[in-house]
Amino acid sequence: MSDRKRMVVTKVGDLAVVRFTDRKIVDSANIEEMGEEMFSLVDKDNFKDVLLNFEGVEFMSSAALNKLILMDKRVKGAQGKLRLCTLRAEIMEVFTITRLNRVFDIKKTEAEALKAFGL
Amino acid sequence: MSKPALGWSLHEKIPSSLNVGHATIERLIAALEAHQWEGRDLFLIQLAVEEAMVNAITHGNKQAEDKVVEVEFRVDQLTTFMRIKDQGAGFNPAAVPDPRDDDHLECTNGRGVMLIREFMSEMRYNDRGNEVTMIKHRSKDETEID
Repeated sequence: MSDRKRMVVTKVGDLAVVRFTDRKIVDSANIEEMGEEMFSLVDKDNFKDVLLNFEGVEFMSSAALNKLILMDKRVKGAQGKLRLCTLRAEIMEVFTITRLNRVFDIKKTEAEALKAFGL
Repeated sequence: MSKPALGWSLHEKIPSSLNVGHATIERLIAALEAHQWEGRDLFLIQLAVEEAMVNAITHGNKQAEDKVVEVEFRVDQLTTFMRIKDQGAGFNPAAVPDPRDDDHLECTNGRGVMLIREFMSEMRYNDRGNEVTMIKHRSKDETEID
């Protein structure tokens, strides 16, 4: 898990907690890399449950949202659970207006998200 | 769709390169910050122009080296005007499924156009569908300027 460039992953029990290294998730090549690194958590590292912590992320485009949708499908396919937390208000507004807040389980804080995972 | 008369402006034809597109957006953001655009308004403008730029370069021009994207930005302290035109065949925005529909909620396209529509004060496509014009007026709660 040490080769990742777009994120730092911490193992908490059986859960992978992801923090993103980019303040702005906008560059197309970086978004592709972000997707591959997220997917490998399920495909290679065999995590079922994943928490994406967006603390420090100031901006993301719909291309990044698409990767999250694909990640959610990956995790569901592995009978796991994907949760998101610590979204800045403007990014949360994007999730709400696109109704993606109905697709994703979004918690305000990491503590709330960990609790939802039973940790 | 009147354009702001004063402030910063840019009118260029750029290559169909995402790197150049992003660099051009960074110039817009610097101008916005210089005109005291911040917070939610700044975020929403950045989101709209990012979506429009990526659509023009990847879907419109298909990143073809022989095609350019015409970019026009005008910024003052109250209004931001953005026009982005590609050399593609154009598209019919009315034909793009609404990604908020239950059947399309997990689709991975069409969200950019919807976000532009929702978050800009005004937006329109030309008839061919290869040019989008977007205007954002400063929100009332963010109009306090030093």
